[in-house]
Amino acid sequence: MRERQASRNARRTREFEAFVAGAGGRLLHTATLLTAEPRNGNPRARRLLTASLAHTYAVWDRLHGEDPYDRTRQYLAVRFARGAWHQYGGPVRVLLRGRAVPDGVLRNLTPQERLILVLRMYEGVAEEQAAALLGLPAERVRVICARAMATLLHPPREGAAPIAKVVPS
Amino acid sequence: MSPVSRREADVRRILDGSQPSVPPDLCTEAVRRGGRMLRRRRAARRLVWLLLLAAAVAFVVWMSVARPWVEPPSETTPPLTGW
Repeated sequence: MRERQASRNARRTREFEAFVAGAGGRLLHTATLLTAEPRNGNPRARRLLTASLAHTYAVWDRLHGEDPYDRTRQYLAVRFARGAWHQYGGPVRVLLRGRAVPDGVLRNLTPQERLILVLRMYEGVAEEQAAALLGLPAERVRVICARAMATLLHPPREGAAPIAKVVPS
Repeated sequence: MSPVSRREADVRRILDGSQPSVPPDLCTEAVRRGGRMLRRRRAARRLVWLLLLAAAVAFVVWMSVARPWVEPPSETTPPLTGW
């Protein structure tokens, strides 16, 4: 019994290490885009990814052929959405936006816009899947994605009044 | 190329960028925390099974002592004697 457990642990760890070696870089890039941190100083993205990978490791034996990358990404997205909600305090998010000055390429976007933009455009998740994952209507996902793309391609001038960016949500 | 797909290509190019370097302890840390979660989960499952087993044993013991299916002796009618 003990031996079987040990050999299963060893096999799981080996497979998991191969998975992280292959997918770690891309997942960390995704996490860094979500947290809007600079490429070389991304402690929050690392914490997020470590927690998601730990979760994937814990369910590794029960994946039953499901893609571990997909699973990790789902967990990452949900955890980020939950964390962003708590961090930015829901409705007062707009008022606090820009307080913790993020430095990444997506710094002008809200956490939700970043999440949807990264899922749709970087990870290539279908609109319906992203909507189901985040518990939003697909129409809403499309609108938020379009708004995020517009903000990204035509960034507001630095120092512009934040009121101009407030969109009723 | 349509304007929409050109916009999407622009966005994808911005997002692609260069990948951050992966910290060397990412995997070991994830394995450590994931292993801890697994062990905790296993311990919790074991505890629940143990509790269920204890409850089942207690029920069987109580049943064999109290015998709830046996009709209790009547306490209202006096015994019929001297007929």
